[in-house]
Amino acid sequence: MAKVLMKGNEAIAEAAIRSGCLNYFAYPITPQSEVAEYLVRRMPEVGGVFLQGESEVAVSYMIFGASAAGARVFTTSSSPGISLMSEGISYMAGAQCPAVIVNIMRGGPGLGGILPSQADYFQATKSMGHGDFRLLVLAPASVQEAVEMMMDAFPLAEKYRNPVMILGDGLIGQMMEPVEFPEGLKKEPLNNDAWATSGMDTRKSNQRNLVKSLFLDPEALNNNNLTLKAKYDKMKQEEVRFEDYNTDAPYKVLIVSYGTMSRVCRTAIDTMKSQGVEVGMVRPQSLFPFPEDRVREAADVPHCSVVASIEMSMGQMVEDIERSVQGKKPVKWFGKCGGDVPTPEEVVDFVHTLL
Amino acid sequence: MQNEVQFAGFGGQGIMLIGKILAHAAMEEGYEVSWVPSYGPEMRGGTAYCTVVISDQPIGSPVIKNPRHLVAMNRPSLEKFSPAVQAGGTLFINGSLIPVGSGRDDVDELNVPVVEIAKELGNVKTANIIALAAFVARSGIVSMDALKASVKEEFSQKPKLIPLNMKAIEAGIEAAKKR
Repeated sequence: MAKVLMKGNEAIAEAAIRSGCLNYFAYPITPQSEVAEYLVRRMPEVGGVFLQGESEVAVSYMIFGASAAGARVFTTSSSPGISLMSEGISYMAGAQCPAVIVNIMRGGPGLGGILPSQADYFQATKSMGHGDFRLLVLAPASVQEAVEMMMDAFPLAEKYRNPVMILGDGLIGQMMEPVEFPEGLKKEPLNNDAWATSGMDTRKSNQRNLVKSLFLDPEALNNNNLTLKAKYDKMKQEEVRFEDYNTDAPYKVLIVSYGTMSRVCRTAIDTMKSQGVEVGMVRPQSLFPFPEDRVREAADVPHCSVVASIEMSMGQMVEDIERSVQGKKPVKWFGKCGGDVPTPEEVVDFVHTLL
Repeated sequence: MQNEVQFAGFGGQGIMLIGKILAHAAMEEGYEVSWVPSYGPEMRGGTAYCTVVISDQPIGSPVIKNPRHLVAMNRPSLEKFSPAVQAGGTLFINGSLIPVGSGRDDVDELNVPVVEIAKELGNVKTANIIALAAFVARSGIVSMDALKASVKEEFSQKPKLIPLNMKAIEAGIEAAKKR
């Protein structure tokens, strides 16, 4: 298929449809309302459903219900709306129901602002809701990558029977870039035998499915948590994603940055290279699981003297980097949180303070 | 080789649209492109702007501090953004609404009264297309054929408007020559 020029939000919507996801529940919020705007028109064309909930809390239970019934389902929102969904997402994780959740982040806390931000890093990677659970979190840096990650997210959610989050900043949603979609709709049937409460006659197995997150028996609850932990451990083994930039050069500074911020860093690295200063970057594409091993290896080379977390949040990723680097190199932070995306010039100035 | 264009004006002047048309034309010519809008509260009746990056390499930062070119459709935009334009860039000024120049002698300044020209064509709404065509003609950032194809594509759902917009492009080219 030829390249088309699309907004990130629209491309995310189309990618869901191309993934065979025909169920979308959402409540509008800037800067991601174009997803719903696109799907209200597009879903009827493909025989799908878009239902606007009365609130994000309701939406979280709509996707829970659809998933429990065996449907491929997704929702999108932005920071304050995602907070409201946290209860339902925790229930889904506990009941092992898959779904894809897109968070196009805006600044916070509270209502914050509507401009790009990465302030929900902790929430997405550590503490999406109450209880011991994790989301698999993918962070796109371009509209094309948002499409590819969306198309990977559904099979991943189903593989792990766990919600998967696409974590993009406002710019990923609002920016237009050329994208290429694979031809046609994905026809791969959803293998939901293990959890769908869709009636015995719809499934191959004879197992009776029960969707629940309530386990009053301490042993049963402990076992459920052990099952979940085994899945998160498996994600750490199998789903780590990252991309290197300029790491074959003898860099003095290693940047760790993701999403739009990593692209700003890429330009800054090119600028510094032309001035004779080598800087490398590891860009986490999966935030949970975090590319710990790669960050440690990249920091542990003799020519690297310092690691910099560059993010549109107040140092939230620093903890994961420090955990990875294990004290072998100092970890510094640069970022902005108000909605102004730092410019390449600001990143260059910051890196010079480290040299 | 990378070029950046900032389009800026009042909300309602069609700023976002001409940025998109340029990005689309450049994409069809095989370039990497990105289009970043302002979507903050300033859009409500205030300044609207977007930045288009056109490159023969994958685009790093879509956030640009010093764009190569500026298309300023109102005076606040000119005053706010013209100091940031790179030396040697093209600086388009909507002469209908902006009675002053940028005061810079290191850029190629182009002043076109697009509203008056649009009125002569019979539809004031074409002012943005005239500005875009004049800017493209002067800067050579994409070919005129690609620009025309992109405008036709944009108006493919309203084909009645295509001949008028083709006239607007010709008027823009003409205006870029005169000054």
